[in-house]
Amino acid sequence: MAIQTEQTGQAQQIDGPTPVAAVRVPTTSAFGELRAIKIVWQRELIRFLDDRTRFVTSLIQPFIFLFILGTGLSSLTRSGSGGLNLRTFMYPGILGMSVLFTALFSAASIVWDREFGFLREMLVAPVRRSSIVIGKCLGGATTSTLQGILLLAVAGLVGVPYSPPMLLAVFGMQLLLAFTLTAFGLMIAVRITQIQSFMAVTQMLVMPLFFISGAIFPLTGLPTWLAVLNRIDPLTYAVDPIRHVVFAHLNVSAAARSALDPGVTWGSWHVPVLLELGVVAALGATMLGIAIAAFSRSE
Amino acid sequence: MENEGTPAIEVAGLVKRYGAVEAVSGIDLTVYGNETFGFLGPNGAGKSTTINMLCTLAKPTGGAARVAGHDIVTQRDAVRRNIGLVFQDTTVDGYLTGERNLRLHAELYGVPRDILEDRLRQVLEMVDLWDRRGSKVSTYSGGMKRRLEIARGLLHSPRVLFLDEPTVGLDPQTRSAIWAYIRELKQAEDITIFLTTHYMDEAEYCDRIAIMDHGQIIALDTPSALKASVGKDRVSIDTPDNRQAITAVKEQFDIEANIVEGSVTLAVENGEQFVPRLFAELGMPILSVNVARPSLDDVFMSYTGKTIREAEATSSDRLRGNMMAMRMGRR
Repeated sequence: MAIQTEQTGQAQQIDGPTPVAAVRVPTTSAFGELRAIKIVWQRELIRFLDDRTRFVTSLIQPFIFLFILGTGLSSLTRSGSGGLNLRTFMYPGILGMSVLFTALFSAASIVWDREFGFLREMLVAPVRRSSIVIGKCLGGATTSTLQGILLLAVAGLVGVPYSPPMLLAVFGMQLLLAFTLTAFGLMIAVRITQIQSFMAVTQMLVMPLFFISGAIFPLTGLPTWLAVLNRIDPLTYAVDPIRHVVFAHLNVSAAARSALDPGVTWGSWHVPVLLELGVVAALGATMLGIAIAAFSRSE
Repeated sequence: MENEGTPAIEVAGLVKRYGAVEAVSGIDLTVYGNETFGFLGPNGAGKSTTINMLCTLAKPTGGAARVAGHDIVTQRDAVRRNIGLVFQDTTVDGYLTGERNLRLHAELYGVPRDILEDRLRQVLEMVDLWDRRGSKVSTYSGGMKRRLEIARGLLHSPRVLFLDEPTVGLDPQTRSAIWAYIRELKQAEDITIFLTTHYMDEAEYCDRIAIMDHGQIIALDTPSALKASVGKDRVSIDTPDNRQAITAVKEQFDIEANIVEGSVTLAVENGEQFVPRLFAELGMPILSVNVARPSLDDVFMSYTGKTIREAEATSSDRLRGNMMAMRMGRR
């Protein structure tokens, strides 16, 4: 065994005059917590960039929706979309969808860590549990935004112009949405000990959240029950602003715009975009808080 | 150094209950600085639960304990800064390289950056993983992973290193290699080691051991004192006429001998010194001789009335109960 032969040589080094570099671990501080948040975030990034399979496979679903469903259904809907290509209409919703899928997936990492034991290494470290959850949340938000950027890059293929202000605004909204959805995923993940259970729960939630949000249909003329469900779905308040920004850079008739991008209303009140984003941010913060509380209580 | 002279670990009346199951039922012990202290007992005896409490991973139901001078409940972070941990199951990240795993640990523990590089090299060299530091941990063997965990546990220069079954699941060769590292590290570092094991032979490496069974410490002393407390060595001889030999032993030495597994067997103190006398004074030829010292197995047997293997068999039901209770407790 090669290890054994090396061992004797190394042992002499230790017994020799090499001074022991003794470490003094500093007491708990805000700086220490920031260091912890940063390294947990960094680990998520390293693992994401290493995992090319995940990178590619998580793009498949949005592309299927956009190019297969979007192309296939466009012949049916040509009359209803005011001359706008269905793929172009669906594009903002698909931007939201890719974030939804990847954010929930990245929240699963805390369940993986628990199952593979690594979570214990973090749990016994002299840092707050909240730092671990915040690091995880920022990590998940970053990786799912990176996925979202890939989808932004194909804007030209669906007839959306590469306008820098629009790209920037969409990027910002994706980041916010990614944060909130990762917090949502973490809120579920910290209570679950097995990856299969987590996958089952998220599968159950993802499709309703996605379809009800109006990601692939306009919010005009919905039956009341669906309209109500739509207003409850948090994803609605992220998809609508993204659609709004994208439509502002499209060349469409006013009639088509008001039919396809009517905005969200509460009763007869038109909810402003900033408030919508506020709703998303507040939800994210609340869910992150719940995740932290649950994680701190667990043994 | 701070806390010089205070015991590394002090435990008083520590209790842990999971629902109706009492995993640890009021234990007391003191571990001194720079000692290697072994916790010996069958699976399910409460060793891991005790370690989890001392490491602040589980809250005690009753009693108190101080590790490196800090209370495990009220000064949790202070305890954590002063301990290193090597768990029974791997807790390294297989997707990262060995070095990355250590750097991550250094960030979590706030190891000052100016000495990190030196320290990193030192601990990796100590476990002979410096050359493999750039490989992903998923490519490491079981023994290498365990060594990496030991290096990681040492990275922040803890005052107490907890090793929960450090050699479980490893082949005998790797086990003895791990022990060689542990002994080396005792020379290189100013550190107290607290370990659990259910291998009797490993307990021999410890300065003192506590034998645990059914959540209680049933014996605590140095391995040799524990063995001495069990009593005498066993000397077995084969002779041409065993019955005559028993009579001769009785007449010459006033010792009652028995036939055990076909050999004349007698219990004496210092069996090795007794053998020359036996040859000189027995007055009949001896064909073969065997001297057996009491082992820790005998010690365990004398305190519990069963061997550790039997104890493992009976405690597996209890263990299952504990694990279910733990899972329920987590929710």
